[in-house]
Amino acid sequence: MFKDFMDFMLNDFFITGDPLILGAQVSIGLSMVAIVIALTYFKKWRWLWTEWLTTVDHKKIGIMYVIAALLMLFRGGVDALLIRTQLALPNLEFLHAGHYNAIFTTHGVIMILFMAMPLMFGLFNIVVPLQIGARDVAYPYLNSLSFWLFFFGAMLFNVSFVIGGSPDAGWLAYPPLSELSGSPGLGQDFYIWGIQISGIGSLASGINFVVTILKMRAPGMKLMQMPMFTWSVLSSSITIMFAFPILTVTLFLLFIDRYLGAHFFTLDGGGNPMMYINLIWMWGHPEVYIVILPAFGVFSDVVSTFSKKKLFGYKSMVFALMSISFFSFFTWAHHFFTMGSGADVNAFFAITTMLIAIPTGVKVFNWLFTMFRGRITFTQPMLWTLAFIPCFVVGGMTGVMLSVAPADFQFHNSYFLIAHFHQVLIGGVVFGYFAGLYYWWPKMFGFKLHDGLGKWAFWLWNIGFYVCFMPQYALGLMGMTRRFNEYNFDMGWQPLNVVSTIGAFIMGLAFIFQVWQIAHSIKFLKKEKSGDAWGDGRTLEWSIPSPAPMYNFARLPEVSSSDAWWEEKQRLANGGEPKPLAPLEPIHMPRNSGIPFIMSVFFFIAGFGFVWHWTWMLVPGLIGVGCCLLARSFDYDTDYYIPVDEIERTEAALKGVR
Amino acid sequence: MAHTAAPHGGHGPNDHGHHDDHHDHESIKVLGFWMFLITDVILFGTLFATFSVLHNSTNGGPTPHEMFEMPGVIAETFILLTSSFTSGLAVLFMHKGNKKGLIGWLIVTALLGASFIFLEVSEFLKMVDEGVKISTSGYWSSFFTLVGTHGLHVSVGLVWMIALMIQIGKRGINPVTKRKVTIISLYWHFLDVVWIFVLTVVYLMGVM
Repeated sequence: MFKDFMDFMLNDFFITGDPLILGAQVSIGLSMVAIVIALTYFKKWRWLWTEWLTTVDHKKIGIMYVIAALLMLFRGGVDALLIRTQLALPNLEFLHAGHYNAIFTTHGVIMILFMAMPLMFGLFNIVVPLQIGARDVAYPYLNSLSFWLFFFGAMLFNVSFVIGGSPDAGWLAYPPLSELSGSPGLGQDFYIWGIQISGIGSLASGINFVVTILKMRAPGMKLMQMPMFTWSVLSSSITIMFAFPILTVTLFLLFIDRYLGAHFFTLDGGGNPMMYINLIWMWGHPEVYIVILPAFGVFSDVVSTFSKKKLFGYKSMVFALMSISFFSFFTWAHHFFTMGSGADVNAFFAITTMLIAIPTGVKVFNWLFTMFRGRITFTQPMLWTLAFIPCFVVGGMTGVMLSVAPADFQFHNSYFLIAHFHQVLIGGVVFGYFAGLYYWWPKMFGFKLHDGLGKWAFWLWNIGFYVCFMPQYALGLMGMTRRFNEYNFDMGWQPLNVVSTIGAFIMGLAFIFQVWQIAHSIKFLKKEKSGDAWGDGRTLEWSIPSPAPMYNFARLPEVSSSDAWWEEKQRLANGGEPKPLAPLEPIHMPRNSGIPFIMSVFFFIAGFGFVWHWTWMLVPGLIGVGCCLLARSFDYDTDYYIPVDEIERTEAALKGVR
Repeated sequence: MAHTAAPHGGHGPNDHGHHDDHHDHESIKVLGFWMFLITDVILFGTLFATFSVLHNSTNGGPTPHEMFEMPGVIAETFILLTSSFTSGLAVLFMHKGNKKGLIGWLIVTALLGASFIFLEVSEFLKMVDEGVKISTSGYWSSFFTLVGTHGLHVSVGLVWMIALMIQIGKRGINPVTKRKVTIISLYWHFLDVVWIFVLTVVYLMGVM
């Protein structure tokens, strides 16, 4: 009995026999022990539970998103370096084929779904309620649930690295390879349930932010007076609402195929694998716009702040954001022009794809004209914005090249494509979210990040990026295709691959500089006292102390124009009278709740049970989820009022800091 | 930008008291449920699209024409449509402040919903008996998934409705329970609309 159990643990449950994975298992084990010991030693368990795990405060949830995203950036980055090492030395067998497949799969999934998405939701959470003068999102409880579903989904996906086996059928898991016939292992099931669980959270966040922006704006703020970042969140969230249900269904169908032997995407039994590829890209293409749109919003806010000018072409910017959301649903087939849908279909999708370049071009010109004759200050967020523009223009142009359907038969699945999408995802999304993090960091934590180290990181990221990805365009044109781990020396690809790998390691170094920058800035903490950390803040988040008090605004601001805080500062500077303060009133706040965390744990248990086909585990998991839903339904004590004297005390203390 | 007092998160006049405040929060929750319904439309839309793609993929096996028995389906349809009507009656009684009427009509709605599920499950079991399963062919995979997803929605609605009846029994009709009944009746009507499409696209077009 015991021997059977040990056999199972060593042969099936834990992945054994690979030194890299053993190293990971040991370090995961040690760090878990270290966390438990530290929490116990410093008596922080209660603090962790009451301040973080049960919080419904959008600012804290945002911080947790950011921390999780940076950890995932680390793991996805390590995957990338392993891939690049293998490709620089292809005949050394550093990674054998199976391991290589697993690593490029997890690299893709983690970077898009568990790095970009949470970093994006982190910024949504931290910024949107403050920018629109609200005290929280529309559904704070649901917001907490979204985070924990993302978190446990990500954990379920990541645990496959050491338990059961990683998925290895590519980041979108095309069938028939991802079917039971092609991937009999558990990796694909971890993939399905990890993404499914966190996807439910993303969908809920999309709904949450649409309603927040439509219903929770400060009195007087019209839609066309919203900060551009808020507009970009609205367009992104609407896209989430329409795209994510498709992902839910697609993964569910793949699960039924694998679990119940259905024939949606199988080669036999009347299944249709190409249907999966259509469905997954009906979600997948909007998904890339979901992550890039908020980055456009960040750049818009940063550019106008540090040019000390109103954003050029506000209305055209809104129109561009919304039309990109709309057109994003009509381009999916450009991911498989080679599928053979015929010239008419390919022509349609080629043209819609090219159309997207128009609103994007409008935005680029708007940013350039905003800077034109502006008084530009080269702060860290502004540097990332300036680096983004040329990078994204080149990435966008290569995208237009790929959209030409006949030419795509040459580019398809080559390193030209790899270089293109890394250029728009790193040059656009990553640079954008970094700009946002640097820009709002003082609002989150009340101190700025060290400038010198940040500039080192900035230049290393940029140099590393071009050294890494420019050679890949050439490699693609030379015929190198994606997703193989070996090539012969006589192909002539090695020199450029070595250059590319050097670039990747430069970006790795840049990340270390950023970690150092954060550590250094915490150690030599310089408290930022004004609330308007950059001095040039234009929007409402800069009108309150940093970090913001729990209720954000003691008195809700009344807004009569865009860039409300900037206008108010100008009015006061021109000798305007400060407006009289209305008396404080009790503030209505949501209560903390442990249910989102517990429900997500049950989701994790159910997902783990589904992966292993353990009915004894998945049934209690699902019942647990149901009980949590009912427990919430029966709970009528979900909110409270902060009394006036407590607000007065908090405000007085914050004034003291100022 | 002036700092004025408004004790709540919504926008509008600044002099809301706590009562209106509550009302505001409840209406925001109803709006959120409409948003959820939009996402659910996409979810069913994707399932319908899948079904349409696979509607000929019987792989030489049993066809819908051979398997469907329309009398049962027609009965299911009338039962579900009637339950939509009775859930509407429940809402009418709620607006009149009649707690007994509200709970009574909710019970009728739930009983009709339960009979719908009973008929659907027996239909499925009969089909399995006669040899079509989810693994029979692409067509039957998409049939069981589409119709089953609708059935799952109805079943979840039943549990939810029972939970609501207990809450109304305990707390009476107040803004919170009112909002909850409004939401579940939206949900119930929505499932009715989806069923009309299931009846048309799956059953009627299947036997034609």
